[in-house]
Amino acid sequence: MLRISDLYGDENMWDYTDKVRDHFFNPRNVGEIENPDGVGEVGSLACGDALKLTFKLDENGRIKDARFKTFGCASAIATSSVLTEMIKGKTLEEAAKVTNKDIADYLGGLPEQKMHCSVMGREALEAAIENYRTGGRKKHELEGRVVCTCFGVTEKEIERVIRENDLTTVEQVTNYCKAGGGCGGCQGEIEKIIDRIQGDKAKEKTEAAPKWAGKLTNIQKIQLIQQTINEQIRPALRAHGGNIELIDVEGNKVIVAFRGMCAQCRLTEFTMKDVVEAKLREFVDEELFVEEDKDSAQVPHNHRE
Amino acid sequence: MKTIYFDNNATTKVAEEVFAEMEPFFCELYGNPSSMHTFGGQIGHKIRRAREQVAELIGCDPSEIIFTSGGTESDGTAINGTLAAVPNKRKVITTRVEHPAVLAVCRELENHDYTVIELSVDKYGRLDIAELEESIDDDTALVTVMYANNETGVIFPMDKVVELVASRGVVFHTDAVQAVGKIPLNLSQSNIDLLSLSGHKLHGPKGVGVLYVRKGTRLSPYMLGGHQEGGRRAGTENVPGIVGLGKACELAAKNIKEENRKVKYLRDKLENAILKSCPDCRLNGDKDNRLPNTSNISFEYIEGEAILLMLDRFGICASSGSACTSGSLEPSHVLRAMGVPFTAAHGSIRFSLSRYNTEEEVDYTIEKMPQIVNQLRELSPFVVK
Repeated sequence: MLRISDLYGDENMWDYTDKVRDHFFNPRNVGEIENPDGVGEVGSLACGDALKLTFKLDENGRIKDARFKTFGCASAIATSSVLTEMIKGKTLEEAAKVTNKDIADYLGGLPEQKMHCSVMGREALEAAIENYRTGGRKKHELEGRVVCTCFGVTEKEIERVIRENDLTTVEQVTNYCKAGGGCGGCQGEIEKIIDRIQGDKAKEKTEAAPKWAGKLTNIQKIQLIQQTINEQIRPALRAHGGNIELIDVEGNKVIVAFRGMCAQCRLTEFTMKDVVEAKLREFVDEELFVEEDKDSAQVPHNHRE
Repeated sequence: MKTIYFDNNATTKVAEEVFAEMEPFFCELYGNPSSMHTFGGQIGHKIRRAREQVAELIGCDPSEIIFTSGGTESDGTAINGTLAAVPNKRKVITTRVEHPAVLAVCRELENHDYTVIELSVDKYGRLDIAELEESIDDDTALVTVMYANNETGVIFPMDKVVELVASRGVVFHTDAVQAVGKIPLNLSQSNIDLLSLSGHKLHGPKGVGVLYVRKGTRLSPYMLGGHQEGGRRAGTENVPGIVGLGKACELAAKNIKEENRKVKYLRDKLENAILKSCPDCRLNGDKDNRLPNTSNISFEYIEGEAILLMLDRFGICASSGSACTSGSLEPSHVLRAMGVPFTAAHGSIRFSLSRYNTEEEVDYTIEKMPQIVNQLRELSPFVVK
């Protein structure tokens, strides 16, 4: 998956295939069908891309017409356009089998960071089919547990992109469905999902954790906790206006405070604490557990969001 | 197809005069100025001349100029070099809208037990001077505040900032990469201690920059292994780059007034026409305190990368603060710090002009822009007719 050009970053993000460019500059089937049989709406203005797909069936139950409206970058628009072309003439059973990979392949490939556009296309299609099957009553709803709260991505969705695209790293998952690309708080959980699905395949790629042989002295343990927070945890939080501070270590209890965006997030308890705990257990000691220091979380600080 | 280059805050064309000046230093005058022979030694005179040209533009003494590899190195050296010289002070003050060359360095310091204060800006991108005043204390080693913002062109009130910082006896650095050549400077009359500038932002070559270090400012060198630049920056001099930067500064000093007048006229014409002809768009930044060449406009309901690709098809080069163009999933940190809604940040476009732009180019872009915006809005699910 990883290419030399990815490592050095000398590949242009605009390395779109001719087919992508064609469907961006000359999008097919733009618009909205009046009185459609199915409507699928996914994404939002805040997320940076959104797609509304409508379709109409013929008397044999095949998709007679499909139209789209898309807010997003060139690859989001091209993906939507090509999707409408692909599903025309298909029965709903056939259309439901279209994967994000099929869409990307049809376009001759998409840049890795843009794969989430193809996933958005498939999601809209799924939502539209569901909408038809429930008689137009049901709008697309998130199914199952939400893992990434920033972009509203469910566990089921993450599992699906991992399986369909054979993904082995968190970064890939972010590229494919955006999960983990916001505050970064769910990255530990995504890693667990990858491990569960890919098993040994994912293990091969993860670097050996710098575990300490033998028992740590207190000072070594505290230093290692601080180092793990600095290197493994803080950068992800900082990238999104948050921060973490190590307050104290009592035995195996690690007391931390979340700052900035992370402090105000009402989901802090369920996401941030778990991630920090998972990282500390991975890099320092299996026995560690994390508690949030509520008192110091109230202290005003300089990172205003 | 003709290229219309409106991305001069990213990089600029090397002026023909600058290139001509540099050319002999590749295949003919390739000697090392440190060598003990005339062939190499004569190069030293050229470097001295370039140092004078830079000093002339920013109003300082030539001895206060250190040549570096560019803006990023200058920023990093200023910050780390200052902190190394005052190891007992553990606080750094900067702003939320700095270039990553400053912001990333400061944030890394947090991992080394420094307290970093990032000052906020208001919705026009203006600095909160009162917050700066409150933040400075006895533990503060450095204040680093950019001169002008690369994304919005907003100019910070440098005189006020410098006066305040100097009155508390704290070292002050400014990233002036976007300001030099566009804003007249006279550092001999200023309390700025350290200033970064970059060659390729003012029609000089890439890979060369300057760190101005006011006489008496304590700075630990971080590139070791040579006596160059008075021992403050080791490494064989980038002779063609330095000579080119010198010439670029000379040209800037000569033309600054006339160019600003012309560039501002073109920028204003472009900006006013677009704001008038495209509905649902807004200007980002402080209209009254801006670089004369920069305009940052948000187009609602459409996305920046798509706009750029459409512009690109007409040969028009601009840039965007959208998430898709940054390679991350989040839009520009500058626009977010200003509280620009995500929706508008995703559709932001920056036009940055230079002396080489013409009125025809501006007119052509004015003609194309509404078409592009309409075409993309036709596709947008958020536009209801």
